[in-house]
This record gives sequence, C-alpha cells and structure tokens, in this order.
Amino acid sequence: MKRTKALTIGAVALCLVGCAAQSGEPRTTSSRPAASYSRDPFPSTYRAYPGVPTLVRNVTVFDGEGGRIDGGAVLFADGKIVAIGQSLDAPAGATVIDGTGKWITPGIVDIHSHLGVYPSPGVKAASDGNEATDPVTPDVWAEHSVWPQDPGFGRALVNGGVTTLQILPGSANLFGGRSVVLKNVYANTVQAMKFPGAPYGLKMACGENPKSAYGGNNRKPSTRMGNIAIDRATWAKAVEYKRQWDKYEKEGGDAPDRDIAMDTLRDVLDGKILVQNHCYRADEMANVIDMAKEFGYKVTAFHHAVEGYKIAGLLRDNGVCAAVWADWYGFKMESYDAIGENLALLQRAGTCAMIHSDSADGIQHLNQEVAKALSSGRHAGIEIADETAWEWLSYNPAKAMGIADRTGSLKPGKMADVVLWNGNPFSVYTRVDKVWIDGALLFDSAVPNKRPISDFELAQPGSGDVK
Amino acid sequence: MKHALIALLATAATCAPAIAQTVAVTGGTLAIGDGSAPIENGTVVFRDGRIVAAGASVVIPADATRIDARGKWIAAGIISGPTDLGLVDVGGVEESNDSASDASPFNAAIDISTAINPHSVRIDDERVAGVTRAMTAPSPSASIFAGQGAVIDLGTDPDPVMRPRAFQYVQFGENGRKAGGGSRPAAYLAFRDTLAQVKDYRRSPAAFLAQGKDALLKRSDAEALVAVIEGRTRLLVEVNRASDIRTVLSLLADYPKLRMVLVGASEGWMVAREIAAAGVPVITPGSEDLPSAFETMASTTSNAARLDAAGVVVALTAGGSISGEHVVRQNAGNLVGIASVPGRQGLSWGKAFAAITSRPAQVLGLEAEIGSLQPGRRADVVIWDGDPLELSSAPQAVWIDGVAQPMQSHQTLLRDRFLAPETGVLPRAYKH
Repeated sequence: MKRTKALTIGAVALCLVGCAAQSGEPRTTSSRPAASYSRDPFPSTYRAYPGVPTLVRNVTVFDGEGGRIDGGAVLFADGKIVAIGQSLDAPAGATVIDGTGKWITPGIVDIHSHLGVYPSPGVKAASDGNEATDPVTPDVWAEHSVWPQDPGFGRALVNGGVTTLQILPGSANLFGGRSVVLKNVYANTVQAMKFPGAPYGLKMACGENPKSAYGGNNRKPSTRMGNIAIDRATWAKAVEYKRQWDKYEKEGGDAPDRDIAMDTLRDVLDGKILVQNHCYRADEMANVIDMAKEFGYKVTAFHHAVEGYKIAGLLRDNGVCAAVWADWYGFKMESYDAIGENLALLQRAGTCAMIHSDSADGIQHLNQEVAKALSSGRHAGIEIADETAWEWLSYNPAKAMGIADRTGSLKPGKMADVVLWNGNPFSVYTRVDKVWIDGALLFDSAVPNKRPISDFELAQPGSGDVK
Repeated sequence: MKHALIALLATAATCAPAIAQTVAVTGGTLAIGDGSAPIENGTVVFRDGRIVAAGASVVIPADATRIDARGKWIAAGIISGPTDLGLVDVGGVEESNDSASDASPFNAAIDISTAINPHSVRIDDERVAGVTRAMTAPSPSASIFAGQGAVIDLGTDPDPVMRPRAFQYVQFGENGRKAGGGSRPAAYLAFRDTLAQVKDYRRSPAAFLAQGKDALLKRSDAEALVAVIEGRTRLLVEVNRASDIRTVLSLLADYPKLRMVLVGASEGWMVAREIAAAGVPVITPGSEDLPSAFETMASTTSNAARLDAAGVVVALTAGGSISGEHVVRQNAGNLVGIASVPGRQGLSWGKAFAAITSRPAQVLGLEAEIGSLQPGRRADVVIWDGDPLELSSAPQAVWIDGVAQPMQSHQTLLRDRFLAPETGVLPRAYKH
C-alpha cells in the first residue's frame, strides 16, 4: 500500500562484458550504392478480422476531431468508416443498431502503455520493459519483449475501449529503445498485432529515473547534467553515423560499420522515428527542446509532462505535444507540482495535448481520466466541450504516433475503430457496450463469447468471469 | 463559477470557530453515508462539532447560521485508507518517507501517531478533494508486523490524530512471505508463534522477559500485541489469495477475541461466505480486475458487491493510488456503473457511497463517531456542486469536526498562478 510509483527501473546491474556490444554485420565492399539494411525486419502480419456492414443510428456521435452530432448515425463497412451524419440509410444486409441513449466514438488510442512488456502477472520472469544495464539502449525494441498473452490487452479493450496502443520501453534509460504500435487484437505473435505501417517511436527519458537507475551504482549519469551530457554525446555520434551512411547510400564505396543502436537514431534524425520523451519538469523539457535543435531532430511528444502547463506556449511554439495523466501527483519529487488543470491549460494555450495511461489499470478508463481533467478545467473557468476533449483520447494521440491519417477519428475511409458506450463516456456510470476494430466486432457486452480471454487466463481461478 | 465559490466560502468562513454555534446547510441533495439513498431537498444541522440532525424534514434552530445548498449535494466526508497520508511528503523521496522502518529492531510496537505531520501539503490537496479522515498505516518491512496505525483528521488544526494505535497492520501473502522468512508457511509460523509468545507474555511478563536474549519478541512489541489478542486493537491483515484468506481466518479458532479486518482480499469473493461467517470486514480497492500477481488471479470488480451480498462489511481503499486518496470516489462510482454490465455485480449508490464513508468507520469500530451525517457523529460535512461519485463534481466547502476548512492547497495555488496570463512585468514568483 506504499504510495510510491514503481519506477519500473528494475534491478540495475553493472554493465557486464558485452552488454552494449553491437551486432556487427559483415561489411559490403561494393563500390556502387548498395541496397541498404532493412528498415522493417519484423514486418506486421496483422490482418483485419471479418466484419459486417454496420449502421448505428439515433446515437450521440463524437467524431474525434471536435465534431458532435446529436441523434446522429455512423456507417461502416469493409473495415472502413463509410459515412457519418444526422441520418444515414442502411445498405442491404447491414446490421442496424439503435443507439438511443448511447454514445459512439472513435476507439481510444493510448500513446503510453507498457502492456506486454510489463504484463500481468507482474513477475520478474515476464518483466521485460527496461534494459537497465546501460543508460543508452536505442538498440532494443519493445516488440521483442511484448508478451501477446498479457491479460491487460483484453481488459483495455472491453473496459477501456482501447483499439490502438503504443508500447514503450520503460524510463530507466536515457535512450530506452524503440516503441511498437499495436492494434488491440489478441494474436500468437507480436507481428500479428503490429499496426501496419505505423512509424516507430524512440523512448527517451529525462530526470530522476535515469539518474537514479545508474547514479546509485556509481555510474554516469548520477545527475541531470549527466543525463544531458550522455544524451549529447550520443546524438553527436548519431549525426556522424548518419553522415557516413547517407554518403554510402548515395555514393557507394565501403559500407560503414553497422550499429543497431545508431540505426534507430539515424531514423530519428531523418524524421522516420518519432521521439516519445518521458519528462516531468518544465525546465528539463526546455533543455531537451534546445538539445533537439542542436542536433537536428524533433521531439514529437513529452510524456507525463506534469509541468507542461508552465511552458504550454513553449511546447506549442515548438510543435511538441504533451501526453499527460489527469491527476497523478506527488509520488516523486519531479511530480510535486502536478495539477489537475494541466490538460485544460495546455488546450487553452493551443498546445497539442492528450491523455495517456502508463498503467494497466488507467488504460481501462482513459475516458474517465479525461472527464476528471475536463472537470478540473471547467471548475477553473476553462470551458472545453466534451466533443473537443475527445481529441485527447484518439485524434491527438494518433497524430503523435503518426497514424492520424488511418485511425483516431470517424472520417470516411479511415479504419473502422469504433466504440459504442451505454451512456455519456464522461460519466463514471457509463460502460463500454461494443468495440469494433477495423470493422470487426471484437467486444459485445451482451454476448458472453464476444470477449477475449488470453491463453494465460484459461482455467485460472475466476477465469471466464466478467472482469 | 469561481466567484460563486469564493462567496460560498466567505459565508462558511464566518462560522469557522464553531464554538457554541449552530450551522444548518439547507436545501441540497443529502448523502448521509449510512447506505441509504440520497435525499432530495435535505438539510443537515450541526452544533459544537457534532451532527444534530440530517434529513428532509429537519427543524432548523432559530440561532443557526444558514447556508443555502440548493442545487448542490450535502455529503458525509470521505474516509480513506489504509494510507501513508501524513507520514510521507513525497513517496519517492526517502528522506521524507516515514511509512516503513526497515532498519528498526522494533515492529508491532511502532506507533505512527507520533509522526503525523498535519502540514503536509498532500493533506491539503486531499482535503480540498473531499477527504476528511484517513486511517494512516505503517508499511511492513523487516517483519510481517508493521506496527500501529492511527485514524487522523485532515483539518488544519495542529492535532491531527483522532485515534492513535487504532489498529495493528500485518502483511501476509506474497509480500508477507518475504518479511516472514521467504515462504508462506514461514510467514504463517511467524504469525502464529508471535501470537503464542504474546500469550506467554500476557500470562507472565516477568517470566517472559526473564528469557532475556532468548525471547524472540521485544517487550514493547509484545505489549502492543497484547491489545490485539485481547481484541482492544483491531488487526488489519493484508491478504489476497483465497487460500491465504482461509488460513488467516483459521487463527480465529485459537484467538477468538481477535478483531480481524482483511485488507486487499482480491479473491475475497471466492470465500465470501467464510469471511461473512467469521464476522470479518474487508477493505478492498474495488477497482482490481487483473491477475497482477499469482495471488490475485481471480480479482474482479464484482468482488465488493459479491462480498456485500454475502453479508460482509465492505469499505473501499485507494490502495496507494498515485491519483491520491480521493480516487476512492471514482472507485465507488465505478461500482455503481458496473451494475449495468451483464455478468457483473455492482453496488447501489447508497452502498457505494457508504463504502467510502460509514463503512471504513465501521471497520474500525468508529461508526458511532465518524463516517456519516447521523446525529451525534462528528460534523465532517462536504458540499459538492453535484453527485459526489460523479467525475464532473467538486467540493465547494468542507467542515471537519464542524470547523470550516480553507479550500486552498499547493495545487490550487499553482493553478491560480498559472491561470493568470503572464504579464512580463515581474516573474510569476511574485504572484501570490
């Protein structure tokens, strides 16, 4: 019952021989521009499940981009949104659902989850979220730790209405590794969950976690200035790596040494991988923004950003998003100034803002987390419409994950990732009624076998219970 | 909105000393906290720090200061816990954290009432969120026995401890097995053997102490546990797995006077009838639905309602949530919400609200003192601008022991500082 956020920094061992060794590949000696290394060696094998054309009508629609239709309708077919409007005709053979008293929204997109890498049960044998043996590990990829049977995926679907989520490495390291974006559909392999074509993210971290994970063992970094020093040395190396490979790919000659860690940073410098940066304090976020300018990369989003409200304008002016909690506060020194109005103040400033979970529990009620943030804002005199606030749950996180052209709102042609709620989703009394992913009905609260149970939970005490 | 709030507070503040003064909060939806449904157009009257009357047809004394709560809710203050509130400034800052005593040679005797800091900013933050009292508990570390917890109030007065040594806290199951020697049977043996030694000590302290260094129990620890086996101090047992709950309940056969309370009880619903038959109450988060450990495989949000249906007294806890103690109202609201889901069991509104007000009091045997707006209870009253279990609502005024409390905290002052536009004339540090 200790109120200390698990830092999820794991047991930190001193770097053993070879722990940071890069997997060198044989040099090519071709003198002409060679085909470069694969950018997608673990490709998605996700396939949408079959669905039927579905029309939900007489329903309150939040379209995810700030639009609202009372008594409206949403039609989807072949895995895609076909139309939304006040009133739509059902095509032949369509399932028609009366949404009276209900709300329909885009599926929730969680930009910050550790499901699969810190799964339930939280045993050491399955806790694979922090490669806490070195503060610089851009070579590790979260997808190689994801356990697809984590019961948390199913809970996030049926209780949370989460249809897409980004799995991040933990925050023990300055460079924590690559993230992976998943569709929230159970599969036997992580490849079969991967969101097709979603860009990778790079998890970075500021502040207390890296310095305490390593400083305690008399290793660098032990201070915030040590954090930035290692960051800069690493980026300097990455800039040089990129120069060599760019030159090789353009002009040929001897291929530079392959460095798996630097591959990731090179793609960041090229804008292909999005930086997702754990950072709490305003002053540290400002330092990171300057560092990004120094080396020519962009921070896509600060995660947690508990002091985002203090520098909302700076974030806005630099085009950096903030992904925050509603009300977590005071559990560590750098969260001391957390306030419930953070999201509303960011929104008021015009900053790209969103909710995130960072929690297997929180991911089951992100709609409620937004409701709390809205309430705090409204009590402070910041009026934000419910339908605008839904941007914090789907469209803005989709933007910050580079997939807003495919999901995150109910626009024709986009993936039919849709949630039907049995009431206003910002009420504590409302529950998820149905969830579709790519148009396939993957949860129906009224149908006992329309809910997933992970392999792990079969025959466990309480298995099959409605969780 | 803000102006209305300030006006209301100004009204409340005029009655702050509460000495020989009568206050009537009138015309609101009344949530008494005893398990009953909310009452429309209700009134609560309190005098000298105690509730005089609450209901729809209450006679308002002529000398009462009236506070109009039309369109609002009048509710019993929230009681949360077990928590480290008052023992910790920042959980992750070891220097400020007095919840665990890893290096102490003592365990059961540790009395946290000596260390409660009523000026911790977290107490302000929780008070303005509607929490009026807490059961503050030590964390087990070197022993399965963590020590003695206290019931505190969240008022601004310098005396926060309402009931010191209100309970002994002991940890069982996966966490307890570590402190208990590395396995469940070792922890259970430590538990039983300690109680047996306490029995010996109680029979003859002199003979027990004559063992000198051979005694496994220190005198002060033994003394603290005498109160437990005599049933004067409640024993809060953190335990989750169904089989562990059965094991713990079996202690009652040898120690029938134990006033045991289960904390956690994730799989409690599987042994609900046994828990009910033993007359043992439960404090549970109510929000758990994941097999976060092998001892919580069967956790479900239906747990609280199933226990309640079996006749167990159920209180909700924030369970150390990072959202703070006040998150119990969200947990309670969710237990109302799940009743609409096929296959899940939820609570009525009245029972859910009782689970964060009168039930925590009842668990500690303090239901005649705190936890509801029934006559004679301490006047812990909160005016909300809506349903207190709903996420859109916020407290407007808080009284503790009948004393109007300031609605200001570290968080509210930060909010106000950053709500105002930056002028550039002076740094924001000059805005206070």
